[in-house]
Amino acid sequence: MSSYYLSHLKELEAEAIYVIREVVAQFENPALLFSGGKDSIVLAYLSRKAFYPARIPFPLVHIDTGHNFPETMEYRDWLIQELGVRLIVGSVQESIDKGMAVEETGINASRNALQTVTLLDTIEKNKFDAAMGGARRDEEKARAKERFFSHRDEFGQWDPKNQRPELWNLFNGKKNMGEHFRVFPISNWTEMDVWQYIQMENIAIPKLYYAHDREVIERNGTLLSTSPYLKLKPEEKPAVKRVRFRTCGDMPITGAVESHADTIDKVISEVAASRKTERGTRADDKRGETAMEDRKKSGYF
Amino acid sequence: MNQLLRFTTAGSVDDGKSTLIGRLLYDSKSIFEDQLEAVQASSTKKGFDYIDLSMLTDGLKSEREQGITIDVAYRYFNTPKRKFIIADTPGHIQYTRNMVTGASTANLAIILIDARKGLVEQTYRHSFIASLLKIPHIIVCINKMDLVDYDQKVFEKIEEQYKAFSSKLEVHDIQFVPISALNGDNVVNRSKKMTWYGGATLLHILENVHIESDHNHIDARFPVQYVIRPQTKENPDFRGYAGRVGGGIFRAGDEVVILPSGFSSRIKEIRLGEEVVKEAFAPMSVTMTLEDEFDISRGDIIAKPGNQPEPKQDLEMMVCWMSQKPLNVSSKYVVKHTTKEVKGICKAIQYKLDISTLQRVPDASELQMNEIGKVQLRVSQPLFPDIYRRNRITGSVILVEEGTNETVGAGMIV
Repeated sequence: MSSYYLSHLKELEAEAIYVIREVVAQFENPALLFSGGKDSIVLAYLSRKAFYPARIPFPLVHIDTGHNFPETMEYRDWLIQELGVRLIVGSVQESIDKGMAVEETGINASRNALQTVTLLDTIEKNKFDAAMGGARRDEEKARAKERFFSHRDEFGQWDPKNQRPELWNLFNGKKNMGEHFRVFPISNWTEMDVWQYIQMENIAIPKLYYAHDREVIERNGTLLSTSPYLKLKPEEKPAVKRVRFRTCGDMPITGAVESHADTIDKVISEVAASRKTERGTRADDKRGETAMEDRKKSGYF
Repeated sequence: MNQLLRFTTAGSVDDGKSTLIGRLLYDSKSIFEDQLEAVQASSTKKGFDYIDLSMLTDGLKSEREQGITIDVAYRYFNTPKRKFIIADTPGHIQYTRNMVTGASTANLAIILIDARKGLVEQTYRHSFIASLLKIPHIIVCINKMDLVDYDQKVFEKIEEQYKAFSSKLEVHDIQFVPISALNGDNVVNRSKKMTWYGGATLLHILENVHIESDHNHIDARFPVQYVIRPQTKENPDFRGYAGRVGGGIFRAGDEVVILPSGFSSRIKEIRLGEEVVKEAFAPMSVTMTLEDEFDISRGDIIAKPGNQPEPKQDLEMMVCWMSQKPLNVSSKYVVKHTTKEVKGICKAIQYKLDISTLQRVPDASELQMNEIGKVQLRVSQPLFPDIYRRNRITGSVILVEEGTNETVGAGMIV
């Protein structure tokens, strides 16, 4: 006799695929925001599953800060080929050159917040009416309040106190001209779920996620990779360490952890034993208690 | 195999709901050091003597300022047995819509009662909503037992009162646990102060409650969500029906009927991605191919010839209203049922429910925000619904207001 229930990973997969298909059915011009991080990789993989044997019926959009890890870019280009899908790049450098965004200065300068300008500009220029992202509710407390279908007004802003109720699996993607939706198909996944799914489905991910030797400096308790984008203080002395990354953001703000986990199994045991959240290594979230909520309200991912 | 259990928490202001969730996360070691450090720092800043675990769940700026939960927050934790998704919903009257939202997908509801106060209006309201939304399991947590000297009599009196009231509810699995969320008694670890309590801890119940029968595996329903037509060199003629199974079990070779056309065919293959699936059941997302080619589109329902839902254009449903602008007879809305969208007009409001007493109030002319009533709705095209009690997926609708595009009502078909 068969048992008619799903493992938690299969149930999360079914939910995400349902949401992705719902986006394609309800919107005219959707897109998938692809950062090259593991969450957006899983999202691209789920999209392929959702429409197989057809190709993914929407483009991947990469908001390029110009401060990416070279490994991320290499992986991105490989994946685009593999999926046979269109890539659209929104360039933060271009936004800066056009005077739409102003580069931060100082030792901790980052282009993280500037991405919002480029993102909203890219959405407007391409007339995207839904932008899917790999954000998860377990990542951060403001994200815990996010809907699957999250409405954005004509300025791209999020109003967390006035969200549409979301009942059963009936998603309301109705909107007026100029407004758009952000959709988060893997809302209910945790970091561990993502890793276990990568393991179960044998999904290729950038090498950055596995232990490797890298030249790093330590700043505010975080290990940062040296790169042309990172200004060093005189007392900061680079040293080669065996590290891996738990998230893949911009080079100057993504912290590494010392690790010897060079296989998916070892990564999973390490994540299971970890007593710090993955965003604990992200300098962008440490700028204040409500840093994420403030960025999200103005249109961030 | 690790299963997923979704539960919702409900309580009035200051029942300690957020503290309970904080406690579950903390004692099951699902809180990370950096999260705890942040909460510790905030607690110290506010001059508290203990760590305020509610800060782990109240994420928005205005929530922290006011010390209350405003919006549904989703929280996650794992034990070796299950993965849990908590929909932490606010208890204030004006936010009932969020509670209904959280309850709509839940397997289980935790109802919190302050041991000092006993049953209050919110208790009735929350329990009724849990029952109305057909949450299969309820755990009544009598909290703040530390403030009544862990007195067995207080617990038993509340249990008795709740049982008397809940005989009017349609929930068949109700359990009672005396706890102190603040001190952790009977949440994850057994209380040393309440040796008189012989039942299981809250976490033990969450890990073991039987959820395998929560989905309908009898009435085969497959609402077509999207038609996959690759139109590529490799697959010039492929036509697959993508969707999520709403009920029952589908296998390759099964005879099926497509509604509303009434055409019948057989399932050629069921797959997900490259993988061929032997059988599909709720809540699986799959792609089906059929032996014959018909014009099938989004909103159609694939069922079995011997077990078909009836076409209905006049629907009776319990509606929870969620908009400032009340529901009136003759108002028109967009009705979303599974993957189908039709127009609807409110023909009559048969009665309104007094949620505290479950009394019917006849001759209601309108339904206001947070009110629940029985409504007759006429729709522009026949739908093929099941009754909500039989199937939460194919028995539910949402009402969307044209113009504002807001989701204004949640309907459960009776």
